[in-house]
Amino acid sequence: MPAIETPAEEIHPDVALVEAAKNGDTAAFEQLVRQYENQVFRVAQHITQNREDAEDIAQDVFLKAYQKLHQFQGNSKFSTWLVRIAVNESLMRLRRRKTAKTVSMDQDIQTEDGAIPRDFAEWRPNPEEIYSQSELGDILRKTIQGLPPGFRTVFTLRDIENMSTEETAEALGLSVPAVKSRLLRARLQLRERLSRYFRQQRSEAHT
Amino acid sequence: MNCTDFLSQLTDYFDGKIDQELLVEVKQHLCECHHCEVVVDTTRKTISIYRNHEAYQLEPTLQERLHQAIMAKCRPTNPKP
Repeated sequence: MPAIETPAEEIHPDVALVEAAKNGDTAAFEQLVRQYENQVFRVAQHITQNREDAEDIAQDVFLKAYQKLHQFQGNSKFSTWLVRIAVNESLMRLRRRKTAKTVSMDQDIQTEDGAIPRDFAEWRPNPEEIYSQSELGDILRKTIQGLPPGFRTVFTLRDIENMSTEETAEALGLSVPAVKSRLLRARLQLRERLSRYFRQQRSEAHT
Repeated sequence: MNCTDFLSQLTDYFDGKIDQELLVEVKQHLCECHHCEVVVDTTRKTISIYRNHEAYQLEPTLQERLHQAIMAKCRPTNPKP
């Protein structure tokens, strides 16, 4: 088996943009905003489950980033740094909402709900073949809303935003094993909840 | 390997980051346990459905409005702390 070669470390294009922005180049900062505003909005929307909050948070995140740009040392990716701010702002916003029950990244781990799979029905035909885009969208939103915020956050970063386990850990201030454990629970809980909609149907009466 | 052991390896299995020896056991368990086979299949589908269907689309006009709002806040005139 050939040895796995470690590729030479490439410099991320954001590094130059961040440097320019630090030196007052507004266009460079605007390019960073363009690149990441969607991601920041999505993360905030997934965690808060509220569009207005997500829009406010996106503005606050970039304002904070702009004001604290000089503190960004480049030890992590710029996007991870932004996501970290977005997560903190979103969780803070949830804490302020009286309706939120648990908003700490630590409390959720106590729940055993969904840690053990109970539904073993197959999803046939494939849900994407039987539901329309808008029906699927409704189901996905309803389902992820039911997850505790800490699980929702890990699932969003890792599976929706496609960040690595290590980046997710960095953005959330958690250890890698803690991220893995939450991710497993989040995935299993979502699977269990989605199965109510997607389990093999005996009739067409479900629509 | 039982179902609990199998589940504890699920994340690494999906990531393809599992030791060769353990992988043999995982695959063996999957051949023998229909329940875990279903869990693997439906969990994979869970992930891919969420990845493929952006639940919260930001329409271009809204994105532009958001962009302008962000840039209005982040002006050099905005005092730095």
